[in-house]
Amino acid sequence: MKDIDIADLRKITELVKLKHGYDFTNYAMSSFKRRLVRILELYNLSIEALIRKLQEPSFVEEFLNEITVNVTEMFRDPSFWRVLRDDIIPGILLNHNKIRIWHAGCSSGEEVFSIAILLKEMGILHNVQIIATDLDTNILEKAKSGSYNIKSMDLNEKNYIRFQGTGSLKDYYKEVNGKAIMDESLLMDVSFRKHDLVKGDIFNKFDLILCRNVMIYFNQTLQNNVLKKFHESLFKYGYLAIGSKESLIWCDIANKFIVVNNEEKVYKKIKD
Amino acid sequence: MNKFKLNSKYKAVVIGGSAGSFQGIVKILSNLPPNFPLPIIMCLHRLKHVRNGFVEALSLKSIVEVTEPFDKENIKKGKIYLAPANYHMSVELGHYFSLSTEEMINNSRPAIDITLGTAAYVYRDKLVGILLSGANKDGGLGMKYIKDRGGITIVQEPSECMIDTMPRAAMNATNIDHVLKIDQIVQFLKELHKHYIS
Repeated sequence: MKDIDIADLRKITELVKLKHGYDFTNYAMSSFKRRLVRILELYNLSIEALIRKLQEPSFVEEFLNEITVNVTEMFRDPSFWRVLRDDIIPGILLNHNKIRIWHAGCSSGEEVFSIAILLKEMGILHNVQIIATDLDTNILEKAKSGSYNIKSMDLNEKNYIRFQGTGSLKDYYKEVNGKAIMDESLLMDVSFRKHDLVKGDIFNKFDLILCRNVMIYFNQTLQNNVLKKFHESLFKYGYLAIGSKESLIWCDIANKFIVVNNEEKVYKKIKD
Repeated sequence: MNKFKLNSKYKAVVIGGSAGSFQGIVKILSNLPPNFPLPIIMCLHRLKHVRNGFVEALSLKSIVEVTEPFDKENIKKGKIYLAPANYHMSVELGHYFSLSTEEMINNSRPAIDITLGTAAYVYRDKLVGILLSGANKDGGLGMKYIKDRGGITIVQEPSECMIDTMPRAAMNATNIDHVLKIDQIVQFLKELHKHYIS
């Protein structure tokens, strides 16, 4: 395996920032380095060749697709999805009959389908508006298409069973030519849009923000910036859900949230 | 006794293990000298979708509580860390952990190569790497990184391993410093500890 020294890494982040407007300066170093090495190996490039190739606008979309991590599952951490269904969503419904959800860093959409299935089983799918965003337009297209490798459905089905859904995951997709094609009516109230958490603006207010295992790719400076944006994007008493091994303990605005569920890392905004 | 020619430059210990390593780990953790000064960073292959139970089982036997760090948690002296289920665990330059859900490596997440490799990058020659019993080659490359960066490398004696694929992979990848039985690894850590008592 190749290694990349910090000077070359800085060269690449500077170039991508100046030329294409994406800022990876504050990404967590170790995983960002591994993603770069992965790209070098995938395209069989030297560092110098990658730097040249990054001048081409057409390569940038591919670069974004590989530099971001798009490994995800439906109903990953089934206990989290149970808490969402049994506690959090009913809590929101006490005060609002329409719910707005921001799914930040939605990747290939497995968790977008998870939340849609969950809401459908609660009978409230059409009372909810979901905005699903990602930096990478290719992956947003994949999410929209709702087409997954049939092999991945084994794990998704296992997660769904542990989530204790009311039916079977098979109720929500058809198998066509080795692909699982998701029921597209699940996405009727979902809009996908390109949004960069690093540079993007605040664009709406939400009752719930889902951003699980996304900020782990950022350093603490960037985590703090993004959390400020999340804070501003939430209604007072709105909820923020992060990954089970992420924590707000060290962040600047920790005192503006309370922990609602510590095991599943669900927080509630209590101060503006 | 100064069998291993150690000194007090070391800043961390990393341990990798897989199939058949649990008993060895337990023996090491339950026989650690009190107030062992270095952080012990463990990456053990484990069931991906079982989040609870493992760290508790290890803590019961260990003389120091074992914790699964949160993303960006600082690495502290004398603490024992375990890579959480279904996440890769990296050591970062500021001496803290980063977690990630990247693709599996060697069919594993957490992958031992990632934890060992990033720890080697950060701690250089101030790292002790230990690789125990296991059924795949994960960790072999990580041990090579440790050796290449000047750290000290130890594998469990293959004849003592339930499955020796993992230590053998490391022995093939690099020139391992010490091939030891678990009891000798305990002795090694006790000797290392002596250099930190002033």
